[in-house]
Amino acid sequence: MKRQIPLIITFSVGALLVLAMFIPHDPFAAANDELSVWFDIIASFAFILGGGNLLRIHGDKIYRRRRDWPYSIVTLGGFLLMLGAGLWSGAVSRGNAMAPGSLFQALYVAAYAPMMSTMYSLLAFFVASASYRAFRAKTREATVLLLAAFVILVGRTPVGYHLTSWIPQPFEFLEIPNLFGWILAYPNTAGQRAIMIGIALGIISTSLRLILGIERSHLGGD
Amino acid sequence: MTGVERIELWIGALLTLMVYSFLYRDNPFYKFAEHFFVGITAAYAMVLAFWNTLMPNCFGQIAPSLVGHVLPTAAENPANPVRWIPLLFGLLLLARLVAPLAYLSRWAMALVIGYAAGANFTRYLQSDFMGQVRSSMVPLLVRDAGGIAYGSSLSNLVLVAGLISALAYFFFSKEHTGMFGRASRFGIWTLMVAFGAAFGYTVMARVSLLIGRFQHLGRWLGDIF
Amino acid sequence: MSLLDRMKRIDRRILFLLMAAGVAIPLLFRPTLTVHPSPIVSRVFDKIESLPEGSKILMSFDYGPSTVPENQPMAEAIARHVLRRRLKLYMVSAWTTGQAQADLLIESVMRTDFTDRVYGEDWVHLGYKAGNQGMINAIFGAMRNLYTTDAAGTNVDAIPMMRDVQSLRDMDLIVDIASGFPGVKEWIQFAGDPGNIPVAGGVTAVEALLLYPYYPRQLLGLMGGLQGAAEYEAALVAKYPEYRDDSKALQIMGPQYVAHLLIVVFILIGNATYFAERRRQKRGRIAGGRS
Repeated sequence: MKRQIPLIITFSVGALLVLAMFIPHDPFAAANDELSVWFDIIASFAFILGGGNLLRIHGDKIYRRRRDWPYSIVTLGGFLLMLGAGLWSGAVSRGNAMAPGSLFQALYVAAYAPMMSTMYSLLAFFVASASYRAFRAKTREATVLLLAAFVILVGRTPVGYHLTSWIPQPFEFLEIPNLFGWILAYPNTAGQRAIMIGIALGIISTSLRLILGIERSHLGGD
Repeated sequence: MTGVERIELWIGALLTLMVYSFLYRDNPFYKFAEHFFVGITAAYAMVLAFWNTLMPNCFGQIAPSLVGHVLPTAAENPANPVRWIPLLFGLLLLARLVAPLAYLSRWAMALVIGYAAGANFTRYLQSDFMGQVRSSMVPLLVRDAGGIAYGSSLSNLVLVAGLISALAYFFFSKEHTGMFGRASRFGIWTLMVAFGAAFGYTVMARVSLLIGRFQHLGRWLGDIF
Repeated sequence: MSLLDRMKRIDRRILFLLMAAGVAIPLLFRPTLTVHPSPIVSRVFDKIESLPEGSKILMSFDYGPSTVPENQPMAEAIARHVLRRRLKLYMVSAWTTGQAQADLLIESVMRTDFTDRVYGEDWVHLGYKAGNQGMINAIFGAMRNLYTTDAAGTNVDAIPMMRDVQSLRDMDLIVDIASGFPGVKEWIQFAGDPGNIPVAGGVTAVEALLLYPYYPRQLLGLMGGLQGAAEYEAALVAKYPEYRDDSKALQIMGPQYVAHLLIVVFILIGNATYFAERRRQKRGRIAGGRS
């Protein structure tokens, strides 16, 4: 039972969605629309599950005084502060927690947004370091990669234009900005498309295996 | 700048500096910012999901008059008892937090996975497989008013040959030797050009974010001096 | 220690400092640079330019603060263009953070440059809904199934511009400003392709290359990264010069270019060091063999 019911649910829902694609009329179309909303609602519960897990893990860390446990207080403090502010702000603004001037919106602007963007911007420094230390023409393949990156980086700047603007008209396709456009439109598209087709075939076959119950690893053990 | 805006600017700038302190080395300021960020991120997503989806699309449709106290528009619609089903599955998902009942969350996962598999099966087939194959059917000999357009013909040849050879590289059921090996070699080169372009674009993206943060810090410094 | 050894062992923090200076110094001087729209960006501009007054544009905010410098200028340029042309703008979000970004855009565009445009008649903010591709699939069939209210909690039936909108098929164009999953790919898969609705994108540079295979048959056009945003702003300013001072992306292209060149210099020095080291090792081996 523990495995049979989930398998039946997966098959029914998956098969219904496939049918709705080929018979886009009611009742299949209506079922597709309603199932999409169910999916969105369950996805919302997943966020609550995430919050619950965070509480459990960090609460346990504090209780057992594990390594760096004081930082878990910071995590839980931030979590409860944002959660409380969000629930309160939504309750007083007809469900619009992000209403201008609300506490929740202020926390978003003051803390969430700056930290999120700073975390990602750190990568600019690591990319710079990697360019210096690791981006080497060690093999022929690596040289091709490096040359393409060079054309893309220089091609986006005015220097790219000035470096090759002397090239006579019949050979203007060799100018760096033109090479830049050509690389994106042809070899890049070919490579990206091959990866895309490969991924699509993988997803199509995995989806089929899931719907038919051949793939069961997501159900875990007993 | 209002008082609230000034406080927001200062908190944002100080948290930014705390995160950047990691560039020197790992330190308590960075760890504080990192842990605080994790906490508020989890709560932010929860709050938005609760007010924007759960309340209007689930609770508000099950008990309109009750939810109507905080969400007045919910009371304007009739009750929709069908929404008890996703609520039940949602609660089953939360059963994962209670060890003896954790197995029940598989039912909810089964619905989510069934939905994702069914939706992805058809959409990937249409857009990422058939669509891409169709877009690759291009003429290898292009003609224009002046005769054969050598540039366009060569470009299309690179596109088709690059695609087929890159796919050959991903085909592991046949040994990569002889003609097939040479094709797969050309495929690697095509992929390397794509990866090189990706590296260049990644640099652009990360630098843009850095500029954004420096602008924020600039506004803060402008407020001080 | 030789120069080669010093270059090899350079502290990464010096590289970090150089990078910071490479961005900060040009940011102080703000050099003005000319940007020309590329065909892939012009197609988005031309499409919006060609739509008849009152056409419906759905704009999805699928990004967060982490990519604001790239995504926000494109979103603002599109919103300005749409409202300037008196088209109807429907704003949604499949990202939790997208709703806040749309709120910021309302402050900087609607409440600044278009105070004469009426909420609910010219533009509407429907807000965030969970579900990723499920959200797109849900509104593809029936908009009201999911969007019963706008972001502020107003019943959608009370919003004039929502009266003749039943599903995504009623849209004349979808513009997705995105930086990952769900993003332009999902809008093509779940709305553009099945509904034959034109989809245009504005994405981060990291994302842009992955979308080229869809262009031009499944994807109308694409703004890729800060450069893409600057190109759209350039097209907008060329047609409507009154927006010259609002071009945020164009204003920061200078630091972007300098940082690119700095990275190129890093790559060149790194490789020069590598080849010099390899030659030294080869010489060492030959000398070792002779002795």
